[in-house]
Amino acid sequence: MALTTIAVGGRTAADRVREELTAGGGDAAGKAFQAALITCLGIALAIIVFLLYDVWGDASEVLPSRLSGLLSGQYTASAGTAGIFNALRGTFSIGAFTVLSFPIGIAAAVYLEEYAPPTRFTRLINVNIRNLAGVPSVVYGIFGLSILVERFGSFTGGATPIAAGITIAILVLPIVIITSAEAIRAVPRTLREGAFGLGATRWEVIRTQVLPYATPGVLTGTVLALARALGEAAPLLLVGAIGERLSDRVGFFDPEGLRKPFTALPIAITDWAKRPLNSGFFQNSAAAIVVLLAIVLVANSAAIVLRNRFEKKRG
Amino acid sequence: MTDTSKATETQPDVDRGISLVPEIGAHHDASSAHPVVFDAADLSVYYGSFRAVRNVDMAVHQHEVTAFIGPSGCGKSTVLRCFNRMNDLIEIARVEGSLTYHGLDLYDRDVNPVEVRRRIGMVFQKPNPFPKSIYDNVAYGPRLAGIKTDMDDLVERSLRSAALWDEVKDRLKSSAMGLSGGQQQRLCIARAIACGPEVILMDEPCSALDPIATGRIEDLMTELKSQYTIIIVTHNMQQAARVSDRCAFFTTEVNETSDTRTGLLVEYDRTDKIFSNPGDDRTENYVTGRFG
Repeated sequence: MALTTIAVGGRTAADRVREELTAGGGDAAGKAFQAALITCLGIALAIIVFLLYDVWGDASEVLPSRLSGLLSGQYTASAGTAGIFNALRGTFSIGAFTVLSFPIGIAAAVYLEEYAPPTRFTRLINVNIRNLAGVPSVVYGIFGLSILVERFGSFTGGATPIAAGITIAILVLPIVIITSAEAIRAVPRTLREGAFGLGATRWEVIRTQVLPYATPGVLTGTVLALARALGEAAPLLLVGAIGERLSDRVGFFDPEGLRKPFTALPIAITDWAKRPLNSGFFQNSAAAIVVLLAIVLVANSAAIVLRNRFEKKRG
Repeated sequence: MTDTSKATETQPDVDRGISLVPEIGAHHDASSAHPVVFDAADLSVYYGSFRAVRNVDMAVHQHEVTAFIGPSGCGKSTVLRCFNRMNDLIEIARVEGSLTYHGLDLYDRDVNPVEVRRRIGMVFQKPNPFPKSIYDNVAYGPRLAGIKTDMDDLVERSLRSAALWDEVKDRLKSSAMGLSGGQQQRLCIARAIACGPEVILMDEPCSALDPIATGRIEDLMTELKSQYTIIIVTHNMQQAARVSDRCAFFTTEVNETSDTRTGLLVEYDRTDKIFSNPGDDRTENYVTGRFG
C-alpha cells in the first residue's frame, strides 16, 4: 500500500504525518524542572565560591608571604609570628587515630552484613548505629571528657591527643560502619553465588569477591568521614584542647606529644577568629582554614585516586 | 541388573515419584545403563513455614542430561539448588526428605557444603563472571582448592572443554567483563569445569542469550555429558527436548487456605516419553502448549 500517494482532504499522508509528529511544543515541564535543578546547583556552587573567595581574601595577607612561618610557628601571642605547628600536629594525631579506627568499622560492617543472623537483635543494633551517626558531636565530646579524660585518664594522660583521637575515632565509627555496610550490600548477589558455587567458603567469598568489589565505596565513605572528623571543633573543646600557647615543644612525629596537652586546627581557627579584626590574628585564622581545606582536599584526592584504581581493577 | 534397581532395592522410596507412570518400570530398566548419582525421595523445601516445593522423587543418572521444565514459580530452581546445597545460603530455607549423592545423604550433619559445591558445580541464569581476567576466572576454583601447579594447563583444558579457548586464547589476561554474553556463560561453564566436578547444575543457562549462543551451549552440554552429569533448568521446552535424556515436569498448586503456591513434581521420565506419550494430563497440556 503506497500510503503516501493517497491524498486525504487535499493533503498527502506524508504531510499529515509530518504535521502530527512535529506538533506539540516540546516538554515544557521537563525543561522547567531541569532549569530548577541547574539553579539549585548554581546556588550551592555560588555559596562555595563566595566562601572560598572570602576566606582567601583574608588569608592572602598571610599565606604566600608567611606560609612556612605559619606552618612551623608556635602558638605565640604575636600575630606576626604565630603559627599552627602544634595545631597541625594535633590534627595529624587525631587523623591517625581516626584512620586506625577504620579497620574496626569496616570489620563491624562485614560482620553485620555477612555473618549476623537476621534477628530482631541485629536490626536493633543496625538502627542504633544509624542513630549514633546522627548524634551531635558535642555529645561525643562529653563522652570523651567523662570517660577518656577522667575515667581512663591514667591511660590517655588526660586532655591529650590520645583522648581526642579516640573521641573523634568513636565519632566517625558509626559513619564508617554505615557507609561500609552500604558498599558491601551493593556487591551483586550473582558474584557471591558464583563464588559459593565454586566451593568457596564464606570467608573466601568475602576476601576474594565482597571486599575487593566494595573497596571503592568503602574508601569514599571512610575518607569523607575522615574529612568531616578533621574539621570537628566542639568535641575537642570538651576533651580539653587548649587555645593558649603550649609550653612544651615537641617534634611533629614525636610520640611524646601524644601524652601532652594539645591543640588542633579547628581550635586554632576558632580561637584566632574570635580575636579583634585588626589584630592580625583574624587573617591567621583564614590562613589556617585554607591549610585545613588543603589537607581535606589532599585526603579526598587520595581517596578518588585509590577508588579509580580499584574500580578499574573490578572492570 | 542395573545400578538403578540396586538403588531401588536399598531405597524403596525412590520409585514413588516415577511410578506415577504405570509402564515406567520396564522402560526404565531397559534404557538406564547409567548408574544413579542423585536420589531424591520425598524431598520438600521450606522457606520458613512456607512449603515451596513438595514431595520430589527422582533418580538422576550419571552421564545424562536431566532437564527440569515447568511454569515459573514451580520450584525447578529451588530443587536444583538443593543438589549442591546452595539453598543453605538462604537463612530460612530448610530441606525435608532425603537426597542422596552416590548413596550418601547430602544433608547429613557431617557433610561439608563447601566440599559438595566443589564436586557439584553450578552455572547460573545470568552469566556472572568475576570482575577479574579470563584466566583468573577459570583459575578461581582450583586456587581455592589449593592447586598451584600446572595452572596454565588446567585453564587451557577447561576453556577448551567449554569451547571457548580459540576465542580467548590471545587475551587471557584481559577482563572477563569484556566478553559477550554467550562467551561469558561459556566462561562460567569453564570456571565450573576447572574445579573438576562430577556434576554440573545449570539454572536456565541460556535465558539471557541469543539463539546462536544458546545453540553453542546446547552443543556443549551434549559434548560434556560424556564426562559429567548435567542437570539443567529451562523454560524452553524445545531446549529440554533437544538436549535432555530425562525430563522432570514441575507445576504449581494453589493452597486455597493460605493463597500461596507450592511446586510439585508431576512426572519424571525419559525425555522422549515426556514429549511423545506423557503419563499425566498436566504434562501433556504443558508440553503441547495448552498451558503455561
